[in-house]
Amino acid sequence: MTLTVLRSTGQGSWERRILKSLNSMCTELSIPLARKRPVGEQKELLNKWNEMGTDEPVLDLSLFRPVYAPKDFLEVLINLRNPNYENGDSHSFRTHLGLIQVPLKVKDIPELKEFFVELGLTAGQLGVDDSTQVPPELFENEHVRIGQKVLSEQDSAAAQQYIRQGSPTALRAELWALILNISSQPEDILYYEQLKTNVIQHDLLVDSLIYKDVKLTASNDDYYFVFEDYLYQVLLCFSRDTSVLGHFAYSSASPPKSYIRGKLGLEEYAVFYPPNGVIPFHGFSMYVAPLCFLYHEPSKLYQIFREMYVRFFFRLHSISSHPSGIVSLCLLFETLLQTYLPQLFYHLREIGAQPLRISFKWMVRAFSGYLATDQLLLLWDRILGYNSLEILAVLAAAVFAFRAVNLMEVTSLAAAEAVLADLSTLKVMPLLQIFLFATVT
Amino acid sequence: MMSRQKNQNYKGHGLPKGKEREQRASIRFKTTLMNTLMDVLHHRPGWVEVKDEGEWDFYWCDVSWLRENFDHTYMDEHVRISHFRNHYELTRKNYMVKNLKRFRKQLEREAGKLEAAKCDFFPKTFEMPCEYHLFVEEFRKNPGITWIMKPVARSQGKGIFLFRRLKDIMDWKKDTRSSDDQKDDIPVESYVAQRYIENPYLIGGRKFDLRVYVLVMSYMPLRAWLYRDGFARFSNTRFTLNSIDDQYVHLTNVAVQKTSPDYHPKKGCKWMLQRFRQYLASKHGPEAVETLFSDMDNIFIRSLQSVQKVIISDKHCFELYGYDILIDQDLKPWLLEVNASPSLTASSQEDYELKTSLLEDTLHVVDMEARLTGREKRVGGFDLMWNDGPVSREDGAHDLSGMGNFVTNTHLGCVNDRKKQLRQLFRSLQGQKKTPN
Repeated sequence: MTLTVLRSTGQGSWERRILKSLNSMCTELSIPLARKRPVGEQKELLNKWNEMGTDEPVLDLSLFRPVYAPKDFLEVLINLRNPNYENGDSHSFRTHLGLIQVPLKVKDIPELKEFFVELGLTAGQLGVDDSTQVPPELFENEHVRIGQKVLSEQDSAAAQQYIRQGSPTALRAELWALILNISSQPEDILYYEQLKTNVIQHDLLVDSLIYKDVKLTASNDDYYFVFEDYLYQVLLCFSRDTSVLGHFAYSSASPPKSYIRGKLGLEEYAVFYPPNGVIPFHGFSMYVAPLCFLYHEPSKLYQIFREMYVRFFFRLHSISSHPSGIVSLCLLFETLLQTYLPQLFYHLREIGAQPLRISFKWMVRAFSGYLATDQLLLLWDRILGYNSLEILAVLAAAVFAFRAVNLMEVTSLAAAEAVLADLSTLKVMPLLQIFLFATVT
Repeated sequence: MMSRQKNQNYKGHGLPKGKEREQRASIRFKTTLMNTLMDVLHHRPGWVEVKDEGEWDFYWCDVSWLRENFDHTYMDEHVRISHFRNHYELTRKNYMVKNLKRFRKQLEREAGKLEAAKCDFFPKTFEMPCEYHLFVEEFRKNPGITWIMKPVARSQGKGIFLFRRLKDIMDWKKDTRSSDDQKDDIPVESYVAQRYIENPYLIGGRKFDLRVYVLVMSYMPLRAWLYRDGFARFSNTRFTLNSIDDQYVHLTNVAVQKTSPDYHPKKGCKWMLQRFRQYLASKHGPEAVETLFSDMDNIFIRSLQSVQKVIISDKHCFELYGYDILIDQDLKPWLLEVNASPSLTASSQEDYELKTSLLEDTLHVVDMEARLTGREKRVGGFDLMWNDGPVSREDGAHDLSGMGNFVTNTHLGCVNDRKKQLRQLFRSLQGQKKTPN
């Protein structure tokens, strides 16, 4: 299964659809995709930069629809087919009863155990071995000491290895910055300030989408509402950041293009729209929200988010054959469930509750907004440590395994959703350990 | 009759002896409050509500009833009521300030300046109008700072305003006096002028204060429990000193926030203390957080000590206080006020769970069912913080703060696995009953 095939069949048509939706919104509402702000408006925005959350948006936000929501994206993924698929290929795949019909290679549990060896039962973990009953001398104290050493030596590779066992709360911000190679140089701060100037001077249609998304998701969250202003500051700048276009080189996606009025199809009049090539979808701001817990200086917060996006998050909403791409994650999740919890899988399928329909939204958002913040950060520690998003699929399967008893008793999709509605009490690391290392397979 | 074991080493937390420890078939309760308290009382096995003039064993009353009836209500030994007769010594701002000042002076005489300095957790406060001249002296020493004027007896943020110029108070003074001839008139209500904390700790650019729950079972001797859960209440708008007229910015009471034009009820604008504690730890490290929380312990204990000899310690009484604490940018906690009737209405599902758990555990500690031995250091989400002296942590944790504060048995903002703890506690109590020593 190659990148190019997926690009032409899946990603391409998906992109055209998104663009069409954006353009039609633009036409319906008679709002330009971009416009320069009058000086008075610029001054006002500059004054209110730190409290954009309190502003009444200029336009009526109810007029805007998110360009798409995760469930729309799921429908696209379900309909992906590989035209090169031959019947002789992948015998086991023919018995795959999940929603994803693209035969990508995914790891099985023995392979996952090897890949995630540091999560094994014989190694200490933050998220498990720092609970109140465990004396800190057994693991936590030493682990903190090693973390401090790694930081003092500024060893990025060591940090990445270290963080597989979790990061102490006090060291996490620095460790992530070290792993992501973010150091706030004057030129970085300057770059951020330039983006900010860009926001002040020009108003983009996507800004309204960003406002709407923040208001609908992060502002309504019990914990992230506090950071509303930071989210605007980060996301508005993000949408103007053309350096983000660089990630498209290794993505199967291509940035949406817009043409100057009247010059449709003429490449010299094409601009990327929005400038960073990323159209936010419903829930996008939740990628940023947890980071506000760690970083308080706007330009640093911005850099961390941008790096997280171009390394990881973009894979969650674009179609590719990459093992950390959302298609592979969906397939990994379904395969794990069907192989190791077949009774549960068949039962849910029977009652019209395909498991992926429930777990998809968790994975697309990397569980942000679903788990308690401290658990989420422990999970994202491992994403950084293993440089892979596969852990999201494993966790999703582990959650189903954990609630299997209740799920076996439900008789409808709605009831299954209800059983899995609240993940805020879950402890991520024990769940993962039990699923990978303590279940008889 | 349940006998009480004598233990030389541990004083026990003061459960009464003798006849009152008989287990009652049912406990008759009375309350005028609705919401969470009603739910908790109704769900408690063996508790029945009495209405109107019926006899009761337990009354969660409001303070106005207390004021009018306590002095001529006879209560059997086993009966419990939810307020101390003169709780206002702690909860009315002007009395609290007076008691704290007096206590501080006493400490300075007895133990020196350093010890007395531990009482410097309330912003400089002056009663108005009687301390007006003292206030003006302080005001002149600190030109340009902001002051806050608060009515002593009102709650929910009503009647509060900020000022920077004496002119603002002159106007106010004129308003409260009808004419110069009536100098002897006492104003309808008294106020305190308090130094406004201009550098509050901000999260997301917003000001917040902390609500913490302290349960006092007796004053003589002093026995107090600290609840692990509580919350941080955020102001809905961004903090700035430019708009001191905007009470929505400065006042963090949920009641005031609810009337703010920005208020969206879904948000709730609260963080549980566990989340707050984690946030601070990730920003400042665990030692700084330990110091802060230990400084807060100091506030609770010293504020209670300051009224210990003044409050009538009737054994029928207990009281659940809501402490309001403000943290400044240097991570110093300040006591804003103590509430005798903290709100028990739930603003969200999470809030509902917090308040019902808080009330259930309060009733466990009050122990009308006579189940406890009196030697417990933890009951559900409550940790015994002071028992006529400091209570040590069982695991002997090191004093990280190194500041000579007591290392109390407190776990504010820590994990509250109360259900598990209660199960274990009651199971072991059952076991003890079956095999008396």
